[in-house]
Amino acid sequence: MTPLVLSLRRRPDQRLDMSPLVPHRLEGKSAAEIERIALQTTRIAVAVGDIFDLRMGDPAHIRIEGGCDRLDQIGQGMTDGEITVAGDVGTQAGRLMGGGRLVVRGHAGPWAGSAMTGGTIEILRSAGDCLGGPFAGETAGMRGGVIVVRGGAGERIGDRMRRGTIVVEGTCGAYAGSRMIAGTLILLRRAGPLPGYLMKRGTIVLAGGSEALSPTFIDCGAHALIAMRLMSDFVGAYSRRARAALRHPLRRYAGDMAVLGKGEIFVGTRT
Amino acid sequence: MRALTVRGLRIDDTFAEAFGMRATAVVITAENARWARQAALTMTGFATSVIGCGCEAGIDRELTRKETPDGRPGVRVLLFAISTSELQKQLQARVGQCVLTSAGSACYAGLAGEETLRLGNALRYFGDGWQISKRLGGKHYWRLPVMDGEFVCEATTGLTKAAVGGGNLLIMGRDAQSTQRAAETAAAAITVVPDVILPFPGGIVRSGSKVGSKYKGVMASTNDAYCPTLRGAVATALDDDIGAVLEIVIDGLTAAAVGAAMRAGLAALLRLGPRRGAVRVGAGNYGGKLGPHHFHLRDLLP
Repeated sequence: MTPLVLSLRRRPDQRLDMSPLVPHRLEGKSAAEIERIALQTTRIAVAVGDIFDLRMGDPAHIRIEGGCDRLDQIGQGMTDGEITVAGDVGTQAGRLMGGGRLVVRGHAGPWAGSAMTGGTIEILRSAGDCLGGPFAGETAGMRGGVIVVRGGAGERIGDRMRRGTIVVEGTCGAYAGSRMIAGTLILLRRAGPLPGYLMKRGTIVLAGGSEALSPTFIDCGAHALIAMRLMSDFVGAYSRRARAALRHPLRRYAGDMAVLGKGEIFVGTRT
Repeated sequence: MRALTVRGLRIDDTFAEAFGMRATAVVITAENARWARQAALTMTGFATSVIGCGCEAGIDRELTRKETPDGRPGVRVLLFAISTSELQKQLQARVGQCVLTSAGSACYAGLAGEETLRLGNALRYFGDGWQISKRLGGKHYWRLPVMDGEFVCEATTGLTKAAVGGGNLLIMGRDAQSTQRAAETAAAAITVVPDVILPFPGGIVRSGSKVGSKYKGVMASTNDAYCPTLRGAVATALDDDIGAVLEIVIDGLTAAAVGAAMRAGLAALLRLGPRRGAVRVGAGNYGGKLGPHHFHLRDLLP
């Protein structure tokens, strides 16, 4: 099916709330109706037709051409279908997403995949801080689905993560997996200081080690676990490098002993 | 009762009467095929008949590295019981005592089904709080720390209510040797049929039973009509040239699988021929009023 294409004419004068432009909310709408959808976040009204050239197609597959860091909440709450962005996106891309697939070919701002419950997000360049994390006051961050970042990521990625899988192929900032409740975080290159800060449960894999591991993580020895093979096969569908990284014996650190201490950090034994 | 003779083998005009059962399957893997098989054999060891063992279980087939979830050699085990609760109880007890305990093992769902039985969900408490839940895609695993590393166990496995138990062949020969040869040949041919097991030792049962007994409280007793040493003393079902009878009992995940297994067994007996193997084949039934599945031997001839 031909995708529905939105081509950005120019950089918007204000940040835009792109959350109405998700497949299940566009289903059955005509071109004119879509062009009238309001996107503004200030008192100055901006509709889709003011800022995008619309080429109608199947709304199950939306293609946004010409990205911009002012396009916030792309794919927020999407339940199915696919959104592809040929450029950068602003904050909260794929926040509260429950299903479907979001592909960002550029950089993503903070809170990408925030508190998502299902589906897949692929970011081809870097992601900002709090990838998959909760907003202030929310008790859990990511609760399902898969996020893959081909580049690096900011600080506190996977904060309060509860379920699901995040793979970051590049480097990432401090406090990766902070306050994790459960879930799986796989970081292929060097992570910033104090990964797993106050994590209760969950799994962090640091294939490239970290700048500083908290002393509240206790060495449990190097192991080649069956669970890692299962994880390797699962993430292999999203990242070949992650698949390879999990095929080697990994050193297991239990923690964070400052809290519950039932989480684990696996560190590549070859780093 | 005998209707036809095919290549010298007398085929009774009768049918095997089989019953609906609940069944499930698990895949057991280990570092090598020997240890996967060991865990499966231990788990299915005392599981010949629901009457005395709670369930009937056996190895469906061995799996290659490419066929298992963790890329190690494995074995698929099928379990059959008369009720869902009993099947759950047996599954939990057998995996807990025989697979969890087996060196290097892991255990996964061997059957997809809308209805499920608890597998790792029941065994996880062995982890005493150190168990770890892992959801990967649509799969849910439990990791239990054990003395050689971790026991990985899928949370649930599928349940089928369309399973069929009690497909059978009564293999009659001139003497014990030729009858055993025939039964072994038929059992070997049935083993390759998917989704079926032969729960008795080596796939063969020598003590076929009838319902009831002269003794109070004994549910089943020897099938005297097929005992060659009682031929003159009871209303026998045996001809003068029959010196031994062995039975093959078949449980399958579907009626079609049981039919295919009986067909494969009959074909193997015909190939072996009456000179080296069986001279007559029959099947056990209860008059057709108890079991809903009737497998007529004449319909299953190759």
